[in-house]
Amino acid sequence: MFWTSYFLAVLALVLAWPVPVLLSRAAWPARAPFTAMVLWQAIALAGGLSMIGAMLVYGLEPIGDNLIAGLRALAGMVFRNEPTTALGFWHLFALSAAALLSAHLVFTLLLTYVKIERQRHRHRELLALLASPSSERAGTVVINHDSPVAYCLPGGARSVTVLSDGLMARLEPDELRAVLIHENAHLSQRHDLLLWAFAAWRQALPWFPTTRYAQLAVNSLIEMLADDVALRSESKSTLIRAIALVAGGQAPSATASGPADTNGPGDGSLSATGGADSPRTTASRVSRLLSPEPPLKPAYRAMVLTASALLLAVPTALLIVPGLLG
Amino acid sequence: MASLGELERAVMDLLWASQEAATANTLRDLLAQDSEAEGGSAGHQGKDLAVTTVLTVLSRLEKKGLVERERGTRPHRYQAVSSREDHTAELMHEVLGSAPDREAVLARFIGSVSESEAATLRKLLGGH
Repeated sequence: MFWTSYFLAVLALVLAWPVPVLLSRAAWPARAPFTAMVLWQAIALAGGLSMIGAMLVYGLEPIGDNLIAGLRALAGMVFRNEPTTALGFWHLFALSAAALLSAHLVFTLLLTYVKIERQRHRHRELLALLASPSSERAGTVVINHDSPVAYCLPGGARSVTVLSDGLMARLEPDELRAVLIHENAHLSQRHDLLLWAFAAWRQALPWFPTTRYAQLAVNSLIEMLADDVALRSESKSTLIRAIALVAGGQAPSATASGPADTNGPGDGSLSATGGADSPRTTASRVSRLLSPEPPLKPAYRAMVLTASALLLAVPTALLIVPGLLG
Repeated sequence: MASLGELERAVMDLLWASQEAATANTLRDLLAQDSEAEGGSAGHQGKDLAVTTVLTVLSRLEKKGLVERERGTRPHRYQAVSSREDHTAELMHEVLGSAPDREAVLARFIGSVSESEAATLRKLLGGH
């Protein structure tokens, strides 16, 4: 039981710092974005699990041979006022920390969801009044704005893709199709769930390198995944032209609106440090399209997926199996 | 009968176009005219539009912070809080700006492009 808590603590540390740093520098995720996405999710989940598990196991060590027996003894102390003399100060401290961290993670997840939903709701309300539904495409609205803008607002059945007049004027029909397929891929692959989970993860533990790297990586990986969907029906050069036209049309408008928003002094510095949106995302997307590397070999992908499964299975097994055997 | 959503849109279009405060009665008449102009069965429905429905729509819009009521006058006169262009600009600022939680709210085709990245892009595309 004792070595379990040390092992979990080491795992939590490794997953909080060196692993995400190495993974965020690796080049292979661009060659297998889906696999990389699975690995990031496994790192986040296993990281949280081992953090909480390590503290729980350490705190319960004096009162139970395994997690389940320990939790049962703890329940007796909490609900039936059994003596707590077996638990020292550090044990109680670890147990409280485990409970607080679990509550904090769940609470942040819910709070982030409410905040995101509220903003989306407000956005949809304004769109309903300002944008006109596209006559040709369902779930698409057009807004009267000169710079080329395309985005999607997820929301289940109320999901909507928004295009600006400026975009429609600048893009040829095939380029427009590529943009729409790209945005639609975000909606159909439910990327909003990933964005929500990783935004909450970062919000909950902002000082952990892992949460920042994970969010940056996930933001960039979903764009690659959506690009790959667009490439199935549109040519590479079409997609590149679309990206170039939209990026090129946005740059001057961003600087033009710069002096106007004096209330946002952090705006410039945020985009310089990347905010949550990696400043390299667009460039890495384009270089990935211009000089594509072969997809990662199936053997390597299988290895990464196995590692992801082990990351989740090992801490779970360490926590639960001794209790089931004993 | 048109849905509340459609009516909200029609009322906002009228207020944005006129830029003047209007009473619910005036708005009802304008809405009826509009649907008569469209002709057919829509015209008939337009006449059935009740002032209370317009008031419901106005109070919903007021709650959303899009229209304001002039205090002190009776009947109440309503006007748009800001112009259509201002609202569009506000919305686009939300989309194009770099609020940290923007990325989780909506997914843009192209994220914010920094100056250095724009240069990289030009280099990449120029060399192609």
